[in-house]
Amino acid sequence: MLAIDGSFLDFKQLDLLALRQTAVHRLDPRAKVLTTLCFIVCVVSFDKYQISALLPFLIYPVTLIAVGDLPPGYILRKMLFVLPFALLVGLFNPIFDRQVILQIGPLDIWGGWVSCLSILLRAILTASAAIILVAITGFPAICEALEKLKMPQAFAVQLLFLYRYIFVLTDEGVRTARARQLRTFGRRGLDLRHFSSLVGHLLLRTWERAERIHMAMLARGFSGEVHSTHKQSHFGKPELIFTVCWVALFILLRLYNAPQLLGSLFTGSMQ
Amino acid sequence: MHMADALVSPAVGAAFWAASAGIIAHSSARLRKQLDDRKVPLMGVLGAFVFAAQMINFSIPATGSSGHLGGGLLLAILLGPSAAFLTIASILMVQALFFADGGLLALGCNIFNLGVFPAFIAHPFIYSKLIGREPSQSRMVFAAIIAAVVALQCGSLGVVLQTFVSGVSSLPFDTFVLLMQPIHLAIGVIEGVVTALIVSFVYRARPEVLHSVIKEKPVGELPVRSLLTAFLISAALIGGLFSWLASEQPDGLEWSIARITGSENLPQPGLKAHEALNAVQEKMAFLPDYTLPEGAGLDKNQRLGKTLSGIVGGALTLVICTLIGIVLRRRRQG
Repeated sequence: MLAIDGSFLDFKQLDLLALRQTAVHRLDPRAKVLTTLCFIVCVVSFDKYQISALLPFLIYPVTLIAVGDLPPGYILRKMLFVLPFALLVGLFNPIFDRQVILQIGPLDIWGGWVSCLSILLRAILTASAAIILVAITGFPAICEALEKLKMPQAFAVQLLFLYRYIFVLTDEGVRTARARQLRTFGRRGLDLRHFSSLVGHLLLRTWERAERIHMAMLARGFSGEVHSTHKQSHFGKPELIFTVCWVALFILLRLYNAPQLLGSLFTGSMQ
Repeated sequence: MHMADALVSPAVGAAFWAASAGIIAHSSARLRKQLDDRKVPLMGVLGAFVFAAQMINFSIPATGSSGHLGGGLLLAILLGPSAAFLTIASILMVQALFFADGGLLALGCNIFNLGVFPAFIAHPFIYSKLIGREPSQSRMVFAAIIAAVVALQCGSLGVVLQTFVSGVSSLPFDTFVLLMQPIHLAIGVIEGVVTALIVSFVYRARPEVLHSVIKEKPVGELPVRSLLTAFLISAALIGGLFSWLASEQPDGLEWSIARITGSENLPQPGLKAHEALNAVQEKMAFLPDYTLPEGAGLDKNQRLGKTLSGIVGGALTLVICTLIGIVLRRRRQG
């Protein structure tokens, strides 16, 4: 029960982080969406055995967490929740890919372990980029940015509606789940028959809510688009600088293996 | 199962982004033509309902474990293809952003796997055909199970294919298929039963809710041909572009070719051409990666040295990243 409430509160907290006022929060959402996409494409475009060249990409999440005044522990906790899924598949690599690619003394290192570590690192980078994007932008602003980037309006309206009612209905879901857990001892009452009538009732209530919302919308003259109340932002100089600088950095880091360069300065092992 | 960014290659991710974006545009246009603005709040609230329903678990008979509703087929039954597809896509987008579930580049793959199959294939071609005009409870359960199984089998096959083509995971194709399909067969049966029970509950309580959907023409013109064309063109374009870009950087395939030709550790006299190519590649690359293919031509000590410099450099990079973070934070707070 605590777990349900916990994951739900987590969800709300991420939304609240977007209300902070920092330099990166104030940027036009389009700049942040495009930069994040560039970041992810650069990270996943490395070959499967790459580790060292991925490390400098950590600079992006680290900088945004610092500048955006986000709680690092919270972001880290959210990531830990996601990583097992990537690891589940990644851990098959050492089983199927046993080619020895490196020997350190008596220790053979298989290609599978290297690529598994690479998958883990990719998962950390891409998941943190997505979570940070929401934390510094907010979901409605991301929808607005996507709409300006030519996403169909019907889909934008759907995203905004979903976002509005997720909080209402997950509240209801949590209440229902809690009420059932308090009344059922052990595992009784969890069977399919009770589940389906429980969820069926929730569905009927949801349906009636939709009808009420529709009438309220008609009464207010809904014409197919949701107007946002927050100020209109535009893609100006700060946004251009933000996007161009980051994308240039990503491309540089993609082309040149910075840690390799740095390390060879110290170990002198260049040709 | 959701595809993850960590397992997807840019070409696969971008091709499925293009495909999913195309279907979203098509569905939005179709929805607009229907001019049924009752559906606007209904889609939003039902999407949120799927989130809420997923918080309520049920025990799976005869196993002792518990599961939750997937919801794709349920949405297709309640809303019809286009509206259900948009709703599923919006749910996946929220999951990708708020829970980093799947990831942003893999979002196109996920929308395709979990949206197209239940909304455009399983519901119109299987569920609607099997259920008939006056559905009985057992018929509903039967139709829903078959439809859910088909949707989930197609979806999990999609995951396997995308993972395989991306080439980040080393899982052999047949092993991955044998791993995924049986699990999703079981999940499909359960999803079908749960969906049918919920639908028949709603049918008993408020039959008019379902009547409006049953009466609606199941499929008008399905965009299969335009969809396939758009998908193939984008896949070819993007695949070509990326493989051209990527060929400048050695990849796993080249490495495995190097492995098969046996140039690793065992320099063979017959493979001069390969070595020459290696040398050229090494000269062309400003700073060769410490990873595998170029390493093939080096002796053990050199390779170890390169790896060492990679590890030292990597550690230094981590330290520098952390320091930058701390300094920026101090400056903010100070």
